[in-house]
Amino acid sequence: MRGHKKFLALSHAVLILVSILAILPFWLLIMASFTEESCAVKHGYSLLPKEWSLAAYQYLADKWQLFGKGYLITIVVTVAGVCVCVLITLMFSYMLSRPGLPGRKLLTFYVIFTMLFNGGLVSTYIMYSQTFHIKNTLFALIIPNLLTNAFYITMVRNYFTGSIPQELLEAARIDGCSEFGIFFKVALPLSKPIIATLGLLVGVNYWNDWQNGMYYLDDSSLYGIQNILNAINENSKYLMQGGGSGTVMPTETVRMAAAILGILPILIVYPFFQDYFVKGITMGAVKG
Amino acid sequence: MKAAQTSANAMQKKAGRANMKKWLPLFIMGLPGFLYLFINNYMPLYGLVIAFKKYNYKLGISGSPWAGLSNFEYLFKTKDAWIITRNTLAYNLVFIALDAVLCVALAIFLNEVRKKTTKKFYQTVILLPYLMSLVVVSYLAYAFLGDRTGLINSVLNAVGLESVQFYSNKSYWPFILTFVRMWRGIGYGTIIYLSTLVGFGDTWYEAAELDGATKWQQIKFITLPLLKPTIIMLTTLSMGNIFRSDFGLFYQVPRNQGLLYAATDTIDTYVFRALLQNGNIGLSSAAAFYQSIVCLITILVFNGIIRRVSKENALF
Repeated sequence: MRGHKKFLALSHAVLILVSILAILPFWLLIMASFTEESCAVKHGYSLLPKEWSLAAYQYLADKWQLFGKGYLITIVVTVAGVCVCVLITLMFSYMLSRPGLPGRKLLTFYVIFTMLFNGGLVSTYIMYSQTFHIKNTLFALIIPNLLTNAFYITMVRNYFTGSIPQELLEAARIDGCSEFGIFFKVALPLSKPIIATLGLLVGVNYWNDWQNGMYYLDDSSLYGIQNILNAINENSKYLMQGGGSGTVMPTETVRMAAAILGILPILIVYPFFQDYFVKGITMGAVKG
Repeated sequence: MKAAQTSANAMQKKAGRANMKKWLPLFIMGLPGFLYLFINNYMPLYGLVIAFKKYNYKLGISGSPWAGLSNFEYLFKTKDAWIITRNTLAYNLVFIALDAVLCVALAIFLNEVRKKTTKKFYQTVILLPYLMSLVVVSYLAYAFLGDRTGLINSVLNAVGLESVQFYSNKSYWPFILTFVRMWRGIGYGTIIYLSTLVGFGDTWYEAAELDGATKWQQIKFITLPLLKPTIIMLTTLSMGNIFRSDFGLFYQVPRNQGLLYAATDTIDTYVFRALLQNGNIGLSSAAAFYQSIVCLITILVFNGIIRRVSKENALF
């Protein structure tokens, strides 16, 4: 028994250490954003600022046009992306989940094949920009690579086959309900957990996406929050565009404050929904 | 006889039509997803021929003249082909090994914690980095590594040591990238292993307890053997993807610094730069084609291995 107590203590020690390592960078980021600029330049960032200042946030508030617009674009893209993705993934997976569907095996392979082989960045980029002309449009942020994939489809299909009793669907059919009616009135109300899980996974992916913006947008007026952060990373003068507000930009601290704007919504939302994330990860990992 | 056959045929046709009528609404439901996969995943396959062409934006894919294997010759004559292949493989091997060891260890520790709220707290915290975009991760890394302002240099200066120029010295980067990757990814693997452990329940351990097994013996003779299939599964799956790298990690975290390329460039970052920063479509399409093909081969090989070990876990 004493061995057990020792092992439990060791477990807590390791877990506390790992937790501190996980949080420390966020702590540093927050503290850095509240540091006085000249102090940051002279002494560097520290875990507790020697001189506090709100100048970085003041500067961002003056630039709210840029950030407010970035937020708006990211929110619009995320909401649109989540709605479309959830709808087409649910419908496709529902079709695949139905026993007796003609060509079911072939369709399953059609999905799995996308995990084995792909055209790669070059041909995808050329197709989307030359054939579909989505460069410099909002579609560029919504459509490529994010709308659905084999991972989501498998996860939802497994839910449909495992958690919704076929007898229930059959009963609705005998009652004369149409397939669409069964899907919307019987299957969907029973699928709330998987809808929430899928919606959150997709939502985080859209919120965090910067690659589509980097590939397909030359026009920075369409930048969402992640692409603004990426642009600041590539060129710290990016924030100075669009006319000065008269104040000198606190370069080193303002970029930290900008990064906080990028993660704040996730930091706020995540703790409330972490169960769904955990469920999504464990369900997606086990392929059925 | 003939009449009977025709009527049987007609009946079959009728049944087929009724059948079609039954399934048609379902096919309509599946259509948007089907089309999206076709556009996003199947149409670009045709673009793979660009690797064998001298691509010209004006002429399009089919109009551009053939170039034989010249793009590949060009790619494999450079030192780049070797460097990006070596980096992609070496980093992935290290990540796969560390994932297996660290995530399993952490899952075992986490499984010890019986108090639900405490367990949930740890779980929430270690998964948090996984939800950050790699742009944000590069900011977090910069807060530590920056030349003038980074925490590490400010500590070094405070104790009278010289600053380290992380972003222009490639020898640190294998360690930095490995650390960042583990920092971000460890929660994900841990949760998968933990869910497997939770599924086993306590009966094995209770029996071992009665026999007076120590904690270490329980881990060695119960936990690890029970986890073995999951470890083999996840490791084999990642081995199948060993030629694919996390573009964001290798592009964002080193901030795309040219001095670091020898240590940080992978196939994915190389393809991106050749395509969109240097505009060299021949080179980038050759590298992308090379990656698609070797990826397909490794996935088929490792999927074959999984099929032998446990059929239900194979991709197909």
